[in-house]
Amino acid sequence: MSAVHQTAANDDTPRVGADCCDAATFSDYLISKSAPKPINDHIPECDPSAFVVVDDNGDETLSLFVENLHCAACIHKIESFLLAQQGVTKARVNMSTKRLSIAWQAGQTEPSKLMHGIAALGYPVTPYDPSDLANIKDTEDKRLVSALAVSGFAASNVMLLSVAIWSGHASDMGEGTRTLFHWISALIALPAVAYAGQPFFQSAYKALKSGHTNMDVPISLAVILASVMSIQQTMVGAEHAYFDASITLLFFLLIGRYLDQRARAKACSAASQLLGLQSKAAIVIEPSGHRRSVRTRDIKPGMQMYVAAGESIPVDGDVIRGRSEIDVALISGESIPRLAETGSQVFAGTVNLTGPIEIQATASVDKTLLSEIVRLMETAEQGRAKYVRLADRIAGVYAPVVHVLAAVTFLGWLIIGDASWQTSLMTSIAVLIITCPCAIGLAVPAVQVVASGRLLQAGVLLKSADALERLAEIDTVVFDKTGTLTLGQPQLVGGTYTDDALSLASALASHSRHPLSRALSRTLSADRTYDFKNICEVPGYGLEAELDGKRIRLGRREWCGRPPEDKHNTNMELYLSSGLVKPARFEFQDALRPDALATIDSLRRAGFKVELLSGDILSVVQKTATALNIDTWQAECLPAEKVAHLETLAARGQTVLMVGDGLNDAPSLVAAHISMSPSNAVDVSQTASDLIFQGRDLKPVLIAIRVARAAVRLVKQNFVLAIAYNIFAVPLAMAGLVTPLIAAVAMSSSSLVVTLNALRLRMLR
Amino acid sequence: MDVVIYLIPIAIAMGALGLVCFIWAVRSGQLEDMDGAAMRALQNDDGSISSDSDD
Repeated sequence: MSAVHQTAANDDTPRVGADCCDAATFSDYLISKSAPKPINDHIPECDPSAFVVVDDNGDETLSLFVENLHCAACIHKIESFLLAQQGVTKARVNMSTKRLSIAWQAGQTEPSKLMHGIAALGYPVTPYDPSDLANIKDTEDKRLVSALAVSGFAASNVMLLSVAIWSGHASDMGEGTRTLFHWISALIALPAVAYAGQPFFQSAYKALKSGHTNMDVPISLAVILASVMSIQQTMVGAEHAYFDASITLLFFLLIGRYLDQRARAKACSAASQLLGLQSKAAIVIEPSGHRRSVRTRDIKPGMQMYVAAGESIPVDGDVIRGRSEIDVALISGESIPRLAETGSQVFAGTVNLTGPIEIQATASVDKTLLSEIVRLMETAEQGRAKYVRLADRIAGVYAPVVHVLAAVTFLGWLIIGDASWQTSLMTSIAVLIITCPCAIGLAVPAVQVVASGRLLQAGVLLKSADALERLAEIDTVVFDKTGTLTLGQPQLVGGTYTDDALSLASALASHSRHPLSRALSRTLSADRTYDFKNICEVPGYGLEAELDGKRIRLGRREWCGRPPEDKHNTNMELYLSSGLVKPARFEFQDALRPDALATIDSLRRAGFKVELLSGDILSVVQKTATALNIDTWQAECLPAEKVAHLETLAARGQTVLMVGDGLNDAPSLVAAHISMSPSNAVDVSQTASDLIFQGRDLKPVLIAIRVARAAVRLVKQNFVLAIAYNIFAVPLAMAGLVTPLIAAVAMSSSSLVVTLNALRLRMLR
Repeated sequence: MDVVIYLIPIAIAMGALGLVCFIWAVRSGQLEDMDGAAMRALQNDDGSISSDSDD
């Protein structure tokens, strides 16, 4: 591992979290080989008092996002450091959500000191306001789990008694014992139904109030009627009571609901966390010069903000001091940074690369360019929300059919069968129970869970619940170029240089965050070290240092003393001038993903139409399209033009999968029928897209489509199974042959069959 | 058969106890940080990690 350490340690910037465990060292090595987010080498002194909350004990508390958590040793490092500080009463790291919660006695210590200490250990922290992220989801989740627990407890106890009763039918159980057991079942089941049925009752009520039915209406009806009918039967000492059916129905359905919820929650939190990390806190410079941490949403135009190197710019503004290069990939998709000096305009969300700058805010956070685009996306989202899921479509048909059948049974028995209204009612309720949608309730969540697990194995994160259905419907795939088909990072491809020159240049380049320097420093070999003095990065021009008394420059052509050329400059070259080696030129190119060609060929062979839409210049896009055999492509597209093109495709009847990564793709990611982003995409795009895939390969796109199609096939199979079971069971119920025993067995077996069928997805190649 | 008259309440009481414990666990956030709990299992009593890495 020592060679790895050396690679990591060549940079002047402190490598963070790199000594706690092997996993960290290795991941650090990987980070240095790929394109990371810029590293904070400057831990800004700032005052997070805006985020300090006083809790019930009178202690002050602070909540922080923490980066670079890998392992148990990280937890220990942070917590032991904090607890050793005077006055700190509580320090707890939450590994699952990557958050840290600290509490200290008021006045005993300074939060900024604590933050600085943690950051110095190698864990960059950002304060946040807990109420911002206060999840309604959390309370809903807890309520669902509690309902699940209660219904599970009740179901098992009632089943205990029911099995006794069923055996009692076969042997000789007296009526008194049976009625006693019924009463005990009632005692357990009724409160449980009242509590655990809430999610369904409330949803059904809302649907009925707005004038239509959803799946929860027949469920609630079945459960309530079954309970009422059972209690009435118990009171007259009759033979059958259906308590077990109603509570077990709720139990199975709650399992399905909970799985569904978990699938959604896991996907949402990744994106919301990214958003939280980036834009919640900013540093404002007060007139006195004191720096304070504020919530991004509290920034007003005219405030002066401090943006450290490596941080993203919180709001649109004008630079008033400092000179640096800004990574504008967020907006333009370019990998080459733009120079910002006094007077330049900078935009929220872009990343400050080289050195700290001070800006004057020209907009509050909801009026920035970034938020305009987010709003554009939100309006497009409304259109998306109209997509009706397969399950809901089935429910639309299912509910009326079931109710009609129950009514027919009731009337049939009453009129034709000439039975009392109690018997008729009982039979029709039995129909309602047996057509129990518990298999239908599990049909989709079961498949979803297995599918997202399968996708996660392939490195794809599923973000919305209906993504699988939409993904299975597509017939066209539209790709963005930079960052999607390409790796989004320049690679050294050629030029004129000697090995010595390369070695020297890459050693010098490791001191800069500029994408071209990073590309060079990736070729660094560990065997030669140079003792550079006076390293200085001049934004817009390059890197300069002194070695053995000679001045070395790595950067733009003119700055390195070459005569200017007027031939076409692709902007992707660096020159080295030094007194020690021959002057050298390095050429870079944004390389395609290793399996881009193979994936696109597979997509075409599978019958999809593939297109390329890019904001880059014509010649580059044409070259890429030819290299990948893509016939339909457009270059120099503005974000609005991309959206327009997608709308043309939609009007032609094509369903489109959009794969893109930059902010300039975000509106089209929302406008498309479904979208995917690579994980190196900007946060806004990750929020906009439905699936996120990791790694350097494009293959996950193919795998996702395959899994989605298989999943939808299995869901349809599940529905067929559920309906087949109904077709078999309903006549039995209508004939009055369904006892609670048969109902319970039927329900359980149909749910089991549906779940086992869903597991078949695991066998997909 | 009369033994059933007090066996059933006992069974229900035990089940209810389990239920109460589960609900308490959910409410008091025991199930919040599953990854952290997994990692903390590797810590010593004072929270330290005994390290034996010597590459």
